[in-house]
Amino acid sequence: MATPLVVSDVAKSFTMHLRDGIRLPVVAGVSFSIRSGECAVLGGPSGAGKSSILKMLYGNYAVDAGQIIVQHEDGLIDLATASPRTVLAVRRLTIGYVSQFLRTVPRVSALDVVAEPLVERGEDREVARGKARALLAQLNLPEKLWALPPATFSGGEQQRVNIARGFITEHPILLLDEPTASLDASNRDVVIALIAAKKAAGVALLGIFHDHDVREAVADRVIDVTAFAAGKIAA
Amino acid sequence: MTDEPLLRVSALSKFYGSRIGCENVTFDLWPGEVLAVVGESGSGKTTLLNCLSTRLLPSSGTASYRMRDGQFRELYRMSEAERRFLMRTDWGFVHQNPADGLRMTVSAGANVGERLMAVGDRHYGKIRATAVDWLSRVEIDEDRIDDEPRAFSGGMRQRLQIARNLVTRPRLVFMDEPTGGLDVSVQARLLDLLRGLVTDLGLAAIVVTHDLAVARLLSQRMMVMKDGRVVESGLTDRVLDDPRAPYTQLLVSSILQV
Repeated sequence: MATPLVVSDVAKSFTMHLRDGIRLPVVAGVSFSIRSGECAVLGGPSGAGKSSILKMLYGNYAVDAGQIIVQHEDGLIDLATASPRTVLAVRRLTIGYVSQFLRTVPRVSALDVVAEPLVERGEDREVARGKARALLAQLNLPEKLWALPPATFSGGEQQRVNIARGFITEHPILLLDEPTASLDASNRDVVIALIAAKKAAGVALLGIFHDHDVREAVADRVIDVTAFAAGKIAA
Repeated sequence: MTDEPLLRVSALSKFYGSRIGCENVTFDLWPGEVLAVVGESGSGKTTLLNCLSTRLLPSSGTASYRMRDGQFRELYRMSEAERRFLMRTDWGFVHQNPADGLRMTVSAGANVGERLMAVGDRHYGKIRATAVDWLSRVEIDEDRIDDEPRAFSGGMRQRLQIARNLVTRPRLVFMDEPTGGLDVSVQARLLDLLRGLVTDLGLAAIVVTHDLAVARLLSQRMMVMKDGRVVESGLTDRVLDDPRAPYTQLLVSSILQV
């Protein structure tokens, strides 16, 4: 099996310049890899650094040390040191991300929020909207909401828009930051089915799931983040 | 996507006597990319924008621009006439105050049509049809085409200024606080409009703003300036979610939550 994502010896800390330069170590020595067609889950208590790891893999957090090697187009790229322009290309083509919360844009309809990542990859707008409709229907979002901007939606409705946006493309790597946190049981099952379909399509998935049932249903293995506790390595 | 940048800026500095306007600014801008330049008043962001758009000449440094024929030209070595031609055709400049970018005493239609005539359009019917099309794209009703911008609200004037700039299909647009001084509801509408136009036309843009929310919504990349120098740059969401420089941390932590 291909291994499109290899993380080695990654470290992250925050330096709070407004608090006399206090350094908050987050993680160190983070090393793992993800194969195509598997779903790995980051495990560990809140504050262990799970979200920080996902954010580094998406280029959203800077990396202090180490490498994040991604199979991008026909080559390998180190995301830890890649230029902003390369990170943008990786996000467009290689790594998808479902964040915990939807960041809404005024006046853009839910349907277009979902279709946007496909349009950015060069898909025809109407074809993209067709796929967006199918996904929103699968996630049981009432059709009367599709034409509305999601800013006024409930938490669960926004999260379903967010999930549809993350799952609409065929990125070979998909990062999931608690996608099921605010969903009811039937919609959780839809997400579990969507993840299973991605696995079958050979996508490499890495996620954070606090929901025990979802984790049981999707995880091929658990990566214990407490092993990367920054203090442990330093000590 | 092309592999060559549209604009290459190297070690650009502007001094006003012994005072620093901006110092040692270096970056590349690619087609379709929106770069936000943020910082407080007096940080040098407007000086930088004026140097890049050749409204000011820098004290040192270079900036080269890839012309439509694919050749790079050194901006500060062009003749005044060449620069003005570039400004009229391949570039746009959206001022914070629409009155600086519009002719307030000619009609809305003429404001848009004038830029078309500058690139050689002469057919009145075609110019008017294009003007109507662009007014509708910036959500101005067709029946306002013969009104002067003096009779427009602030938000409408700003939308008209955008239409005037984009009608010639420029490849690079400079924007100086494009939403400054507008009500938030008007701002949201304008931002959404700008976002759509930039994506649809594949424009490159350099947007100066002190509003980090505007930067987040419009740009992919960001430069943070303080005292004339770039203190941090990178992907917009990276800079805002994981600010590294002390000054960026101060800026980000000063945002009011609604």
